[in-house]
Amino acid sequence: MSIDRMIAPKIVDAVDFELSLPKVGTFTLRNGVPVYAFNGGAEEVMSVEWVFWSGNSYESMNLEAATANFLLRNGTSKRTAFQINEFFEYHGAFLQRNCYNETATLSLHGLSKHMDTLLPVVRELIVDSVMPADELATYVQNMKQRLSVSLKKCDFVAGRLIDTYLFGEDHPYGRYTKAEDFDLLNSEQLLSFYDRYYRNGEFMLFVAGKLPANFREQLDRYFGDLPNKKVDRPLHAIQPATQHRYRIENDPNGVQGAIRIARPFPNRTHPDFQPAMILNTLFGGFFGSRLMSNIREDKGYTYGIHSYLMNLMQSSAWMISTEAGKDVCEATIQEVYKEMRVLREELVDEEELSLVKNYLMGSLLGDLDGPFQIIGRWKNLILNGCTDEYFYQTIRIIKSITPEQLRTLSAQYLREEEFYELVVI
Amino acid sequence: MISFERFELSNGLRVIVHPDFTTPNAVLNVMYDVGARDEDPDRTGFAHLFEHLMFGGSVNIPEYDEPLQRAGGENNAYTTNDLTNYYIQLPAVNLETAFWLESDRMLSLAFSEKSLEVQRKVVCEEFKEHYINKPYGDVWHKMRSLAFTKHPYRWMTIGKELKHIEEATLADVKAFFKKHYCPANAVLVVAGPVKSADVRELTEKWFGDIPSGVKYNRQLPVEPEQTAARRLVVEADVPLDALYMCWHMPGRMEAGYQAVDMLTDILGSGASSRLHQSLVKEQKLFSNVECFHFGSTDRGLLTIEGKLVKGVTLEAAEQAIQKEIDKILQEGINEAELQKAKNKTESMIAFEDMSLMNRATSLAHYELLGDANMMNTEFARYAAVTTEQLMEQAVNIFRTENMNVMQYRAKTAGV
Repeated sequence: MSIDRMIAPKIVDAVDFELSLPKVGTFTLRNGVPVYAFNGGAEEVMSVEWVFWSGNSYESMNLEAATANFLLRNGTSKRTAFQINEFFEYHGAFLQRNCYNETATLSLHGLSKHMDTLLPVVRELIVDSVMPADELATYVQNMKQRLSVSLKKCDFVAGRLIDTYLFGEDHPYGRYTKAEDFDLLNSEQLLSFYDRYYRNGEFMLFVAGKLPANFREQLDRYFGDLPNKKVDRPLHAIQPATQHRYRIENDPNGVQGAIRIARPFPNRTHPDFQPAMILNTLFGGFFGSRLMSNIREDKGYTYGIHSYLMNLMQSSAWMISTEAGKDVCEATIQEVYKEMRVLREELVDEEELSLVKNYLMGSLLGDLDGPFQIIGRWKNLILNGCTDEYFYQTIRIIKSITPEQLRTLSAQYLREEEFYELVVI
Repeated sequence: MISFERFELSNGLRVIVHPDFTTPNAVLNVMYDVGARDEDPDRTGFAHLFEHLMFGGSVNIPEYDEPLQRAGGENNAYTTNDLTNYYIQLPAVNLETAFWLESDRMLSLAFSEKSLEVQRKVVCEEFKEHYINKPYGDVWHKMRSLAFTKHPYRWMTIGKELKHIEEATLADVKAFFKKHYCPANAVLVVAGPVKSADVRELTEKWFGDIPSGVKYNRQLPVEPEQTAARRLVVEADVPLDALYMCWHMPGRMEAGYQAVDMLTDILGSGASSRLHQSLVKEQKLFSNVECFHFGSTDRGLLTIEGKLVKGVTLEAAEQAIQKEIDKILQEGINEAELQKAKNKTESMIAFEDMSLMNRATSLAHYELLGDANMMNTEFARYAAVTTEQLMEQAVNIFRTENMNVMQYRAKTAGV
C-alpha cells in the first residue's frame, strides 16, 4: 500500500478535549492540619510533603529561613545528621527540603511499604531539631564557596539583579544572598525561627502515590498533635527600581551575555493572568513561540530563549530570559522588542492561535500524567488560594480567547518602555 | 513488571509496544544506534549537530514541530556518546501524527542549507553556554582526553572544538544520515493506551516501505589497558581549587557493572555516603564531593570529584580520597552498606518507572543493548551482587596505574 506522505493524518483538535483535573481527597488531622491526598499509580511508591508557612517572607534577617529549612535534616537531640541521612537512605527514601518565598517544605519520596517506619523520624525532625553549631558552620562555609562559583556565572548574576529591579532589595522576592550575610547566622536565632515556624508552625500536607490503607491514621498519629499555630501572612512593600536599562560586565572574558527583560505583572488572581499565560505561550513560552522561531530558529543568536510569568504569590512579573553570543546581545534585545511590537499592532492569525491552543491543551493533558503531577497541580492551586474552578476557567479561556483579545493584552502589557532590560556579560 | 510486545519489520526496524491503559497520553520513541563515539576524530560534535538538523524539515514535511504542536504534542531529543534518542509525547488519539512525522524523517531529510547554517550557530551558542562561559566548563574536555587515548570517548558529544561544528558541510550531513539513520539502525517504542495489533498496522503503514539501509558495523578503536597513572594540572580563572579523579571501569553489559554502580553509590552518592561523611562533614576538606559514573556502553570512567575548602591543598585532598579508597580495599564493605545501595536502587527504579516516557526510553535503550526485557530483570542483577563481588571490582578498578588525576587550580592573581 502506498501512502501519500504529504498528507497529515487526521487529528482530533486538543482544544476540543474535555479535560478534567482528578479530584483529591481532603481531610483534616485532629489539630486542623489540612491534608490533600491523591491515591494512584502502578508502582508501590508514594510522596508526602509538609508545607510550612516558613519561607523567606517570615525571616528577620537574610538567609534565616533557608538555613533553618536546610538544617532540619542535620540533627535532633537523638540523632546526628549522619544517622538521619543514613536512616532515610537505607530505606531507599529521599528526604528533601526546599525554601521558597512564602512556604518552606519537607518532602519524602519512598516505597509505600516503608512509610510507617519513616514518618516517626520526620516527626522527630519537626519537633526536635537542634540545629547544631558545627553543622551550621560547615553549611556556611560550603554555601559561601558555592556562591563564589555562582557569581562567576552571568546567568546567575542576571537572575539576581533583575529580581531586585522588579521588587526592590528589601522585598523577599528581590533580596539576594551576600557572602557576609552568612557570617551573621547563629544557632540560637535559627532555633528560635524553627520553634516558631516549624515546631509550632502552621502547615499542610500533600500526599500522593500508592497510599497504604491506614495512611490517614498514620498521618494523624504522627502529625495530628502538633501545635499548628496560625501564622500571620506578612505583606512586604514592593519597591521597583526607577532606572530601566542596565549593562553589567561580570566576566571580562565572557563570550555570552545573559539577557533578562522583565516587567511587573499582577498575580494569578488578576483577570488578565490566565489570558496572559496564553499570550505568553505564543510569544515565548514554547518551542514554536515567536521568540524561539525568530531568535533561535531563524537567526541562531542563542541556544534557547524563553518567556514566562513568574509563579509568585503576592505579585508576579513577566520575564524574557536568554543567553546570547556577546556580539548579538543588542540585536537579540531589538528582536524581542520587535516581536512585542508586532503583537501590539497585528492580529495573530487564526491558524497560529489554534496551534497554540492545541499545544496548551495537549500539554495540560500531558502534565496530568501520574499521581505526583496531579498533586503538584493541586498544591499550586491551593497555596494560591484557588480551587479546581481555576483549572476549568483556564481551559475555558484557552478555548475561547480571540486574536483581538490578545492584541488588546499586548497593547496593555507588552510595552517596551515598561520593561526592565539587563545584559550581564 | 513492565509488559511489552516486540516484533521486527522486514526492513529490520525493531519495534516494541508497551500498553498502558491508565493514561490518555501516548509516547513514541525512536532511538538510533549512533552517538558521538561513532564520529570521525576530525569531525567531532557531528552526531549532536545532526540531531538538531533532524528538526529542520523532512522530505515530505517542511515543518516538523508545527504539526506536532497542532496535535497537542511535545517532543525533544538528546545525543550521548553512545546513542541518539528522539521522543514525542502526545494525546493518544493523535498518535498517528507521531508515526507520520518520525517515519518521514527516517525516510529522508529536507537537507536545507538554511537549517544547517542556523543550527551550526545554535550549537556554537550551546557550546559557549555550557562549556566555555561557565567556570569549570572545560573539565570534561580535558579529562576525557587524558583518560582515553584511542577510544572515541576521548571527546564530548558537543565536540572537541567550535571549529569542527563551524566546518560541517551539507555533504557531511547527507553522508551521516545515509550511514546511521535507517530502520536497520533504529529501535521504535510505542507506549500508551494502544493495542499491539493497531501499532503493528501503523508501523507497517508508515515505516514498512522505508529502505532498510545497511546495518552499521561498529568497529571502534579499543582503549588500551592503562599502564601508569596520568596526571594533569590546569590553571583557570575559577574561585576554588577542584580535584577530579577517574578510573576505567566495566562497560554497561560487562559482568561487574552493577557492582560498580553500587560501589559509586556507597562511596559518593547521598548525604550518608562515605566520601561526603568523611571528607565534607568530618574532615572538612571538601565543600562537596561526589562519586559517579556515566553508565556508558563501552568501558567508561568511575569518577570522584570535588571542590576544595579554601586553604586545603590539592595534595592533601587527594591523599584523603586515597585513604578512603584504601580503607575500602583493606577493610571491605559491610552487608548493611550493600543492602542500602540495593534499597536505593529498588526505589530509584520504581520512581523512574512511574513515567510513561521513562518506561518507553528504557525499553528502547535495553533493546539497543540487546534485549528490552532487561528492563524487568535488571534489578535482580543488582539484588544478586555480593560484598565479595563489590570488593573484586574495587580491587580491580582502584589500581594506581588505572588512575587519572586532574588538579584544577584557581589562579591566585590578586588574592
